Amino acid sequence: MSDVGLPASVEALRRVREDPHRLGHRAHGPTEPIEGAGHGATGPAHKRIVVGYGFWIYLLSDIVLFSCFFAAFAVQRGATAGGPTLAQIVDIRRVGFETAALLLSSYTCMLSFAATNARNRLWTEIFLLVTGLLGLVFVLLELQEFIELAGQGITPQRSGMLTSFFGLVGLHGLHVTAGGLWLATMMAQVLVKGFRPEIVHRLICFNLFWHALDIVWIGIFTIVYLMGINA
Amino acid sequence: MSNPASEPHLYSGASHGQHDHAPGDEPAESAGHWVRNANLGLGFSIVLTVAAFLLAGSHLVYPPAIPVALIVLAIAQMGVHLVFFLHITTGPDNTNNVLALAFGIMVVFLIVIGSIWIMDNLNRNMMPMEQPMEMQP
Repeated sequence: MSDVGLPASVEALRRVREDPHRLGHRAHGPTEPIEGAGHGATGPAHKRIVVGYGFWIYLLSDIVLFSCFFAAFAVQRGATAGGPTLAQIVDIRRVGFETAALLLSSYTCMLSFAATNARNRLWTEIFLLVTGLLGLVFVLLELQEFIELAGQGITPQRSGMLTSFFGLVGLHGLHVTAGGLWLATMMAQVLVKGFRPEIVHRLICFNLFWHALDIVWIGIFTIVYLMGINA
Repeated sequence: MSNPASEPHLYSGASHGQHDHAPGDEPAESAGHWVRNANLGLGFSIVLTVAAFLLAGSHLVYPPAIPVALIVLAIAQMGVHLVFFLHITTGPDNTNNVLALAFGIMVVFLIVIGSIWIMDNLNRNMMPMEQPMEMQP
Protein backbone atom coordinates (compact mmCIF):
# COMPACT_ATOMS: atom_id res chain seq x y z
CA MET A 1 0.00 0.00 0.00
CA SER A 2 3.09 2.15 -0.26
CA ASP A 3 2.23 3.79 -3.55
CA VAL A 4 -1.41 2.87 -3.95
CA GLY A 5 -4.05 5.22 -2.56
CA LEU A 6 -7.14 3.89 -0.89
CA PRO A 7 -10.30 3.90 -2.97
CA ALA A 8 -11.98 7.16 -2.22
CA SER A 9 -15.16 5.72 -0.83
CA VAL A 10 -13.35 3.31 1.49
CA GLU A 11 -11.43 6.26 2.84
CA ALA A 12 -14.66 8.27 3.14
CA LEU A 13 -16.37 5.51 5.08
CA ARG A 14 -13.38 5.17 7.39
CA ARG A 15 -13.46 8.89 8.04
CA VAL A 16 -17.15 8.76 8.88
CA ARG A 17 -16.51 5.92 11.29
CA GLU A 18 -13.45 7.40 12.97
CA ASP A 19 -14.65 10.97 13.07
CA PRO A 20 -18.44 10.96 13.28
CA HIS A 21 -18.65 14.62 14.26
CA ARG A 22 -16.33 15.82 11.46
CA LEU A 23 -14.18 17.57 13.98
CA GLY A 24 -10.97 16.65 12.25
CA HIS A 25 -9.66 14.89 15.38
CA ARG A 26 -8.51 11.52 14.24
CA ALA A 27 -6.49 9.86 16.96
CA HIS A 28 -5.88 6.75 14.91
CA GLY A 29 -5.77 8.39 11.54
CA PRO A 30 -2.98 7.93 9.04
CA THR A 31 -0.07 10.33 9.06
CA GLU A 32 0.00 10.64 5.28
CA PRO A 33 -2.16 13.26 3.56
CA ILE A 34 -5.79 12.37 3.23
CA GLU A 35 -7.06 11.36 -0.16
CA GLY A 36 -9.37 13.86 -1.75
CA ALA A 37 -8.75 16.71 0.68
CA GLY A 38 -6.76 18.55 -1.98
CA HIS A 39 -3.50 18.97 -0.09
CA GLY A 40 -1.35 18.28 -3.09
CA ALA A 41 0.37 15.01 -2.41
CA THR A 42 -2.65 12.84 -3.13
CA GLY A 43 -3.84 14.58 -6.24
CA PRO A 44 -6.68 17.03 -6.74
CA ALA A 45 -9.47 17.46 -4.24
CA HIS A 46 -12.79 15.72 -4.71
CA LYS A 47 -15.25 17.54 -6.90
CA ARG A 48 -17.61 17.77 -3.93
CA ILE A 49 -15.03 19.71 -1.93
CA VAL A 50 -14.10 21.98 -4.84
CA VAL A 51 -17.76 22.77 -5.58
CA GLY A 52 -18.48 23.50 -1.93
CA TYR A 53 -15.43 25.75 -1.70
CA GLY A 54 -16.36 27.71 -4.81
CA PHE A 55 -19.89 28.27 -3.58
CA TRP A 56 -18.55 29.23 -0.16
CA ILE A 57 -16.52 32.00 -1.83
CA TYR A 58 -19.72 33.25 -3.50
CA LEU A 59 -21.57 33.18 -0.16
CA LEU A 60 -18.82 35.21 1.50
CA SER A 61 -19.03 37.82 -1.28
CA ASP A 62 -22.79 37.90 -0.74
CA ILE A 63 -22.25 38.44 2.97
CA VAL A 64 -19.87 41.30 2.16
CA LEU A 65 -22.69 42.80 0.05
CA PHE A 66 -25.06 42.49 3.01
CA SER A 67 -22.45 44.05 5.29
CA CYS A 68 -22.55 47.17 3.09
CA PHE A 69 -26.32 47.38 3.62
CA PHE A 70 -25.83 46.78 7.34
CA ALA A 71 -23.26 49.57 7.45
CA ALA A 72 -25.65 51.91 5.62
CA PHE A 73 -28.42 51.08 8.08
CA ALA A 74 -26.16 51.53 11.10
CA VAL A 75 -25.14 54.96 9.85
CA GLN A 76 -28.69 56.05 8.97
CA ARG A 77 -30.62 54.57 11.87
CA GLY A 78 -31.16 57.92 13.52
CA ALA A 79 -31.86 59.85 10.29
CA THR A 80 -35.64 59.86 10.52
CA ALA A 81 -36.10 63.37 9.08
CA GLY A 82 -39.08 63.98 11.36
CA GLY A 83 -40.75 60.79 10.16
CA PRO A 84 -41.56 57.67 12.17
CA THR A 85 -38.79 56.06 14.19
CA LEU A 86 -37.95 52.39 14.02
CA ALA A 87 -39.57 51.72 17.38
CA GLN A 88 -42.89 53.02 16.00
CA ILE A 89 -43.00 50.81 12.90
CA VAL A 90 -41.73 47.47 14.24
CA ASP A 91 -44.28 44.75 15.00
CA ILE A 92 -42.20 42.47 17.17
CA ARG A 93 -44.71 39.60 17.09
CA ARG A 94 -44.47 39.36 13.32
CA VAL A 95 -40.67 39.43 13.54
CA GLY A 96 -40.92 36.53 15.98
CA PHE A 97 -43.02 34.52 13.53
CA GLU A 98 -40.67 35.34 10.66
CA THR A 99 -37.68 34.24 12.72
CA ALA A 100 -39.39 30.99 13.72
CA ALA A 101 -40.34 30.22 10.10
CA LEU A 102 -36.83 30.82 8.81
CA LEU A 103 -35.14 28.89 11.62
CA LEU A 104 -37.45 25.91 11.16
CA SER A 105 -36.89 26.02 7.40
CA SER A 106 -33.14 25.89 8.06
CA TYR A 107 -33.76 22.82 10.21
CA THR A 108 -35.87 21.02 7.60
CA CYS A 109 -33.33 21.98 4.93
CA MET A 110 -30.70 20.22 7.01
CA LEU A 111 -32.98 17.19 7.36
CA SER A 112 -33.39 17.11 3.58
CA PHE A 113 -29.60 17.09 3.32
CA ALA A 114 -29.48 14.13 5.71
CA ALA A 115 -31.99 12.34 3.45
CA THR A 116 -29.85 13.26 0.43
CA ASN A 117 -26.81 11.73 2.05
CA ALA A 118 -28.78 8.55 2.69
CA ARG A 119 -29.93 8.70 -0.98
CA ASN A 120 -33.57 8.72 0.06
CA ARG A 121 -35.51 10.50 -2.65
CA LEU A 122 -38.91 10.62 -0.95
CA TRP A 123 -37.73 12.24 2.28
CA THR A 124 -35.44 14.61 0.41
CA GLU A 125 -38.46 15.86 -1.54
CA ILE A 126 -40.70 16.04 1.53
CA PHE A 127 -38.21 18.05 3.58
CA LEU A 128 -37.41 20.32 0.63
CA LEU A 129 -41.12 20.98 0.23
CA VAL A 130 -41.51 21.85 3.93
CA THR A 131 -38.46 24.11 3.65
CA GLY A 132 -40.01 25.89 0.68
CA LEU A 133 -43.38 26.35 2.40
CA LEU A 134 -41.72 27.82 5.51
CA GLY A 135 -39.72 30.13 3.25
CA LEU A 136 -42.95 31.15 1.56
CA VAL A 137 -44.51 31.94 4.96
CA PHE A 138 -41.49 34.12 5.71
CA VAL A 139 -41.73 36.03 2.42
CA LEU A 140 -45.49 36.53 2.79
CA LEU A 141 -45.09 37.89 6.34
CA GLU A 142 -42.46 40.30 5.11
CA LEU A 143 -44.64 41.40 2.18
CA GLN A 144 -47.52 41.96 4.60
CA GLU A 145 -45.25 44.14 6.74
CA PHE A 146 -44.11 46.20 3.74
CA ILE A 147 -47.68 46.63 2.44
CA GLU A 148 -48.95 47.73 5.85
CA LEU A 149 -46.14 50.26 6.17
CA ALA A 150 -46.72 51.55 2.65
CA GLY A 151 -50.42 51.93 3.48
CA GLN A 152 -49.48 54.34 6.27
CA GLY A 153 -47.33 56.37 3.92
CA ILE A 154 -44.13 54.85 5.31
CA THR A 155 -42.12 54.27 2.16
CA PRO A 156 -38.39 54.17 1.37
CA GLN A 157 -38.37 57.78 0.17
CA ARG A 158 -39.70 59.12 3.49
CA SER A 159 -36.33 59.27 5.31
CA GLY A 160 -32.78 57.99 5.20
CA MET A 161 -33.51 55.48 7.95
CA LEU A 162 -36.45 54.04 5.98
CA THR A 163 -34.38 53.85 2.79
CA SER A 164 -31.72 51.74 4.46
CA PHE A 165 -34.38 49.73 6.36
CA PHE A 166 -36.30 48.75 3.24
CA GLY A 167 -33.05 48.22 1.34
CA LEU A 168 -31.57 45.82 3.87
CA VAL A 169 -34.73 43.87 4.75
CA GLY A 170 -35.91 43.87 1.14
CA LEU A 171 -32.56 42.59 -0.15
CA HIS A 172 -32.78 39.68 2.26
CA GLY A 173 -36.36 39.02 1.18
CA LEU A 174 -35.25 38.99 -2.46
CA HIS A 175 -32.59 36.42 -1.59
CA VAL A 176 -35.15 34.21 0.13
CA THR A 177 -37.43 34.51 -2.91
CA ALA A 178 -34.61 33.57 -5.28
CA GLY A 179 -33.71 30.71 -2.95
CA GLY A 180 -37.31 29.50 -3.15
CA LEU A 181 -37.14 29.42 -6.96
CA TRP A 182 -33.88 27.50 -6.74
CA LEU A 183 -35.48 25.10 -4.26
CA ALA A 184 -38.37 24.37 -6.62
CA THR A 185 -35.86 23.74 -9.43
CA MET A 186 -33.91 21.34 -7.23
CA MET A 187 -37.08 19.44 -6.29
CA ALA A 188 -37.86 18.96 -9.98
CA GLN A 189 -34.29 17.91 -10.76
CA VAL A 190 -34.20 15.37 -7.93
CA LEU A 191 -37.53 14.03 -9.13
CA VAL A 192 -36.46 13.70 -12.76
CA LYS A 193 -32.72 13.04 -12.59
CA GLY A 194 -32.29 11.40 -9.18
CA PHE A 195 -29.09 11.62 -7.15
CA ARG A 196 -26.56 12.02 -9.90
CA PRO A 197 -23.31 13.52 -8.58
CA GLU A 198 -23.94 16.95 -10.08
CA ILE A 199 -27.44 17.04 -8.60
CA VAL A 200 -26.04 16.21 -5.16
CA HIS A 201 -23.47 18.98 -5.58
CA ARG A 202 -26.25 21.43 -6.44
CA LEU A 203 -28.16 20.31 -3.36
CA ILE A 204 -25.04 20.94 -1.25
CA CYS A 205 -24.79 24.46 -2.67
CA PHE A 206 -28.49 25.09 -2.09
CA ASN A 207 -28.15 24.01 1.54
CA LEU A 208 -25.20 26.35 2.05
CA PHE A 209 -27.20 29.21 0.47
CA TRP A 210 -30.27 28.64 2.63
CA HIS A 211 -28.28 28.45 5.87
CA ALA A 212 -26.33 31.58 4.92
CA LEU A 213 -29.66 33.40 4.49
CA ASP A 214 -30.60 32.39 8.02
CA ILE A 215 -27.28 33.75 9.29
CA VAL A 216 -28.01 37.09 7.62
CA TRP A 217 -31.49 37.10 9.17
CA ILE A 218 -29.92 36.67 12.62
CA GLY A 219 -28.08 39.92 11.99
CA ILE A 220 -31.24 41.63 10.73
CA PHE A 221 -33.58 40.67 13.56
CA THR A 222 -30.92 41.55 16.12
CA ILE A 223 -29.59 44.83 14.74
CA VAL A 224 -32.66 46.20 12.94
CA TYR A 225 -35.62 44.94 14.93
CA LEU A 226 -34.55 44.06 18.48
CA MET A 227 -32.11 46.93 18.81
CA GLY A 228 -34.63 49.12 17.00
CA ILE A 229 -37.37 48.68 19.58
CA ASN A 230 -34.83 49.39 22.31
CA ALA A 231 -33.42 52.55 20.84
CA MET B 1 1.75 -4.40 -3.87
CA SER B 2 -1.41 -5.21 -1.96
CA ASN B 3 -5.08 -4.51 -2.04
CA PRO B 4 -7.71 -4.08 0.66
CA ALA B 5 -9.02 -7.60 0.15
CA SER B 6 -5.75 -9.29 1.01
CA GLU B 7 -4.90 -7.18 4.06
CA PRO B 8 -8.15 -6.49 5.85
CA HIS B 9 -6.43 -5.57 9.13
CA LEU B 10 -5.09 -2.44 7.49
CA TYR B 11 -8.59 -1.24 6.79
CA SER B 12 -10.36 -2.27 9.94
CA GLY B 13 -12.36 0.94 10.00
CA ALA B 14 -13.34 0.73 6.38
CA SER B 15 -16.32 -0.92 4.84
CA HIS B 16 -16.34 -4.68 4.78
CA GLY B 17 -17.98 -4.97 1.41
CA GLN B 18 -15.29 -5.12 -1.25
CA HIS B 19 -16.90 -3.42 -4.21
CA ASP B 20 -15.29 -1.67 -7.09
CA HIS B 21 -14.94 2.05 -6.59
CA ALA B 22 -14.04 4.78 -8.99
CA PRO B 23 -12.00 7.74 -7.74
CA GLY B 24 -14.29 10.47 -6.51
CA ASP B 25 -17.10 8.11 -5.57
CA GLU B 26 -19.29 9.45 -2.83
CA PRO B 27 -20.89 6.59 -0.99
CA ALA B 28 -24.25 6.89 0.73
CA GLU B 29 -23.89 7.66 4.40
CA SER B 30 -26.26 7.02 7.23
CA ALA B 31 -28.42 10.03 7.98
CA GLY B 32 -27.98 9.79 11.76
CA HIS B 33 -24.97 12.06 12.00
CA TRP B 34 -26.66 14.83 10.01
CA VAL B 35 -29.94 14.57 11.89
CA ARG B 36 -28.17 14.79 15.24
CA ASN B 37 -26.28 17.84 14.02
CA ALA B 38 -29.54 19.42 12.87
CA ASN B 39 -31.22 18.72 16.21
CA LEU B 40 -28.33 20.21 18.17
CA GLY B 41 -28.23 23.25 15.91
CA LEU B 42 -31.97 23.82 16.19
CA GLY B 43 -31.87 23.43 19.99
CA PHE B 44 -29.04 25.91 20.48
CA SER B 45 -30.60 28.35 18.00
CA ILE B 46 -33.99 28.26 19.75
CA VAL B 47 -32.40 28.93 23.13
CA LEU B 48 -30.35 31.86 21.78
CA THR B 49 -33.24 33.33 19.76
CA VAL B 50 -35.72 33.15 22.63
CA ALA B 51 -33.12 34.68 24.94
CA ALA B 52 -32.63 37.56 22.49
CA PHE B 53 -36.37 38.26 22.11
CA LEU B 54 -36.97 38.07 25.89
CA LEU B 55 -34.02 40.30 26.60
CA ALA B 56 -35.10 42.95 24.09
CA GLY B 57 -38.58 43.29 25.58
CA SER B 58 -37.71 43.25 29.26
CA HIS B 59 -35.67 45.00 31.88
CA LEU B 60 -33.86 41.92 33.10
CA VAL B 61 -30.49 43.57 32.64
CA TYR B 62 -29.19 47.11 32.90
CA PRO B 63 -30.92 48.76 29.91
CA PRO B 64 -27.86 50.41 28.28
CA ALA B 65 -26.22 46.96 28.19
CA ILE B 66 -29.03 45.37 26.17
CA PRO B 67 -27.61 46.16 22.69
CA VAL B 68 -24.26 44.61 23.60
CA ALA B 69 -26.00 41.55 25.03
CA LEU B 70 -28.08 41.21 21.85
CA ILE B 71 -24.98 41.40 19.65
CA VAL B 72 -23.25 38.76 21.77
CA LEU B 73 -26.27 36.46 21.44
CA ALA B 74 -26.38 37.05 17.66
CA ILE B 75 -22.68 36.25 17.21
CA ALA B 76 -23.12 33.10 19.31
CA GLN B 77 -26.03 32.01 17.14
CA MET B 78 -24.08 32.70 13.95
CA GLY B 79 -21.35 30.45 15.35
CA VAL B 80 -23.92 27.74 16.06
CA HIS B 81 -25.17 27.98 12.48
CA LEU B 82 -21.67 27.85 11.04
CA VAL B 83 -20.78 24.74 13.01
CA PHE B 84 -24.00 22.75 12.96
CA PHE B 85 -25.65 23.85 9.70
CA LEU B 86 -22.81 24.96 7.44
CA HIS B 87 -20.36 22.32 8.76
CA ILE B 88 -17.35 24.54 9.10
CA THR B 89 -14.91 22.25 10.85
CA THR B 90 -11.22 21.99 11.62
CA GLY B 91 -10.97 18.99 9.30
CA PRO B 92 -8.32 18.80 6.60
CA ASP B 93 -10.87 19.22 3.79
CA ASN B 94 -12.08 22.45 5.40
CA THR B 95 -8.85 24.44 5.70
CA ASN B 96 -9.58 26.57 2.65
CA ASN B 97 -13.15 27.27 3.77
CA VAL B 98 -11.96 28.46 7.20
CA LEU B 99 -9.32 30.72 5.68
CA ALA B 100 -11.87 32.22 3.29
CA LEU B 101 -14.28 32.71 6.19
CA ALA B 102 -11.61 34.51 8.21
CA PHE B 103 -10.94 36.84 5.28
CA GLY B 104 -14.67 37.44 4.79
CA ILE B 105 -15.13 38.30 8.46
CA MET B 106 -12.23 40.73 8.25
CA VAL B 107 -13.76 42.50 5.24
CA VAL B 108 -17.17 42.66 6.94
CA PHE B 109 -15.66 44.21 10.07
CA LEU B 110 -13.67 46.72 8.03
CA ILE B 111 -16.79 47.81 6.14
CA VAL B 112 -19.16 47.99 9.10
CA ILE B 113 -16.86 49.40 11.80
CA GLY B 114 -15.13 51.70 9.31
CA SER B 115 -18.40 53.13 8.02
CA ILE B 116 -19.79 53.74 11.49
CA TRP B 117 -16.54 55.31 12.66
CA ILE B 118 -16.07 57.61 9.65
CA MET B 119 -19.71 58.69 9.40
CA ASP B 120 -19.95 59.36 13.14
CA ASN B 121 -16.83 61.46 12.92
CA LEU B 122 -18.23 63.43 9.98
CA ASN B 123 -21.52 63.84 11.78
CA ARG B 124 -19.82 65.38 14.81
CA ASN B 125 -17.48 67.68 12.93
CA MET B 126 -19.70 68.87 10.09
CA MET B 127 -20.99 72.42 10.33
CA PRO B 128 -24.72 72.62 10.94
CA MET B 129 -26.51 73.48 7.71
CA GLU B 130 -28.38 76.46 9.18
CA GLN B 131 -25.54 78.56 10.50
CA PRO B 132 -22.67 78.51 8.01
CA MET B 133 -23.02 82.20 7.33
CA GLU B 134 -22.92 83.26 10.99
CA MET B 135 -19.67 81.38 11.48
CA GLN B 136 -17.91 83.62 9.00
CA PRO B 137 -15.83 86.37 10.66
